[in-house]
Amino acid sequence: MLTVKDLHATVGGKAILKGLSLDVPAGEVHAIMGPNGAGKSTLSYVLTGRDGYEVTGGSATLNGEDLLALAPDERAARGVFLSFQYPLEIPGVPALTFIRTAMNAQRKARGEPEITAPEFLKLSRQKAGELKIDFDMLKRALNVGFSGGEKKRMEILQMAMLAPRFLILDETDSGLDIDALRIVSDGVNALRSPDRGMLVITHYQRLLDYIKPDRVHVLAGGRIVASGGPELAHELERQGYERYEKAVA
Amino acid sequence: MSLSTAIRDRDVAELPGKRDEAWRWTDLRGLIRILPPPSEPFTGDVGAGPFDALADDRRVIVNGRGAEPVAIAAGSKSAVVVRFVSRGSGAHLARLDISVGAGAKLQLLESYESDGGSLAQAVLTITLARGASVERVVLAQDSADAVSVSQARVTLAAHAEYSQTIAASGARRQRLETQVQHPGGHATVRLDGLYLLADKRHSDHTTVVTHAGTDGTTAQLTKGVVRDQARGVFQGRIVVAEGADRTDARMGHHALILSDRAEVDAKPELEIYADDVACAHGATVGALDEDALFYARQRGMPVDVATALLTEAFIGEVVDRIEHEGARDLVRAWAAERLARDGVANSEKV
Repeated sequence: MLTVKDLHATVGGKAILKGLSLDVPAGEVHAIMGPNGAGKSTLSYVLTGRDGYEVTGGSATLNGEDLLALAPDERAARGVFLSFQYPLEIPGVPALTFIRTAMNAQRKARGEPEITAPEFLKLSRQKAGELKIDFDMLKRALNVGFSGGEKKRMEILQMAMLAPRFLILDETDSGLDIDALRIVSDGVNALRSPDRGMLVITHYQRLLDYIKPDRVHVLAGGRIVASGGPELAHELERQGYERYEKAVA
Repeated sequence: MSLSTAIRDRDVAELPGKRDEAWRWTDLRGLIRILPPPSEPFTGDVGAGPFDALADDRRVIVNGRGAEPVAIAAGSKSAVVVRFVSRGSGAHLARLDISVGAGAKLQLLESYESDGGSLAQAVLTITLARGASVERVVLAQDSADAVSVSQARVTLAAHAEYSQTIAASGARRQRLETQVQHPGGHATVRLDGLYLLADKRHSDHTTVVTHAGTDGTTAQLTKGVVRDQARGVFQGRIVVAEGADRTDARMGHHALILSDRAEVDAKPELEIYADDVACAHGATVGALDEDALFYARQRGMPVDVATALLTEAFIGEVVDRIEHEGARDLVRAWAAERLARDGVANSEKV
C-alpha cells in the first residue's frame, strides 16, 4: 500500500526529513511516535502535498503510484486522507456543502457519477448519528466556533463519508476528553478493513489504547529509528524519547 | 471641475482626475484625451434587464434619455426597476430624482448596462421623508470598454431606513459613488458593496456618509475579489458632526487579490467631531487563506473548485444582507456565475 523510501524533505530550506523509510501494507494500522520536532507533521504534509514542504530526495508511492508527482487534490482522489492536527475553520461554507463539494470533486476525478442529494443526505445523517454529531451542526459553517473535540469529530465524519483508502491521523487525540476520544476512536476503528491502510501519528501512547496498531515506529531526527509491535508504544510511555533523541543528536 | 460639465461642454479640462483627492484612483482626466461626441438617441431594442421579473414598474433610460422622476406616495409600497442603458460609444448624462413619502417603502432595483466605449454619467437624487424606507440594489454590469459613473445623493429624514447593495463587475473605468446626508434621529443606513473584477476592469466604490444629528446608525460592508490585472478602489468616509452624539457607525472593507498583477486601493476614513459615539472600521486586503485552500484541496477539490468555494463564501456575507429575496438570489447567481467563469478562464491559463 504506502511505501516510503529514503524520503528527504526541507521546510524553509531546513532539512526535516532525513532518509525516512516506511512500509504500511493494506489492512494494517501503523503508529508513528516521536518527540516534538521530530518531523511527524512534516511527514503528513509531505505525503499530502502541502506547499512549502519540498521533497529533496527519495520516494513515496501508494499501490505503486508515485504520490509525490500528484497535486494535493489528485492524491485525495486516489484515496489519501489527512485528519488535521488543527482542522481549519471555513467561514461561510456549511459543513454539508464542503463535504459534498469534496466528495463530488473526488468522484469526478475518478470518473464516477456525482452523489445525488437524497443519497448524500442519507449518508450524512447516518454517519453523523454514528459519531454522535448533531445533524444541525452540519448546516453551520465548517468548524467555525466548534470546540477542539467537535473539530476532531468533524474530521472523522469527513473521513467516514469520503471513505478514503489510506488514512493519516495527525495528533487526532490532542484536545479530546476521554468520551470524545472513545467516539473518535470507534469512528476510526469502524474504517479498519483489509484494503485500507492507516498511519496514526501521535506523541502519546494514550490514543493507541483505543486504536490498536499493528506496528509502531519511532520517528526521531527525521528518520525512523526503531520499529516494533504494540509493546514499543508502552515502552516509550515508560522510558520517554530521550534515548532516541540522544542517538540521533 | 465636474464630469457633467465636461460632457456638456466636451471639455477634457473639466474631467476629474488624480489632482482631485476624491478621484485620485479613478483618473478620468489622465485617461480621456478627447471627449466622445454626445450619444445619439437609440431607437432599437435594448432587450431585457436583469431585474425585469421582479417589478412591474420598469423605467428604461437609454443614452441619457427617458428619465422621469419617481415619486412614491406617503404610506405606499412600490418596487421599481430602473435601467441605465448605454448603447454605442457616445457621451451622455442622465439625471433621475426619486422621492419617497413619509412612511412609504420603495424597493429600487437598478442596473447599469453598456455595450461599447460610452462615457456615461448618472446622477440620482434620492430623498426619504420621515419614516420612509428604501432598499436599493444595484447591478452594474458594464462593457469592458465603457467609462461609467453613477453618483447618488441620498437625503434622509428622521426614522427613515436606507439600505443599499451595489454589485459591480467593473468597466474600463467604473465609479459608483454614494453620498448620504444622515440626520440621525433614529434613521438607519446600510451601505454595502460587492466588486468582482477580472481582466483589466476597474471599479471604484466611493461613499461619504455625514451624520449631522444624534442617534443615527450606519452599517457599511464592502467586499471585493480582483484577479488578472483588475483594480478595485474603495473610498469610504463617515463624518460625524459635532453634537451628533450616540452615532453608531461601522465600516468594513475586505478584498481578496487572486493574482499578482491585480490591485486594490482602499481608504477608509472616520472623521469624528462628536464625543459620545461608537464608530469602528475594519479593512483587510489579501490573498485567499493558503491553509484553508490546502485543507479544501486535501479533501479532493481541485484548485479552481476550492478557490470558487472559498471566494463565494467570502462574498456571501454581503449577499446575505440583501433583504429583497428575488434580488438576493439574482445577485448570488450573478456572483457565482462570474466566479465560476473567471475560475475557468484562470485554470485555462495555467
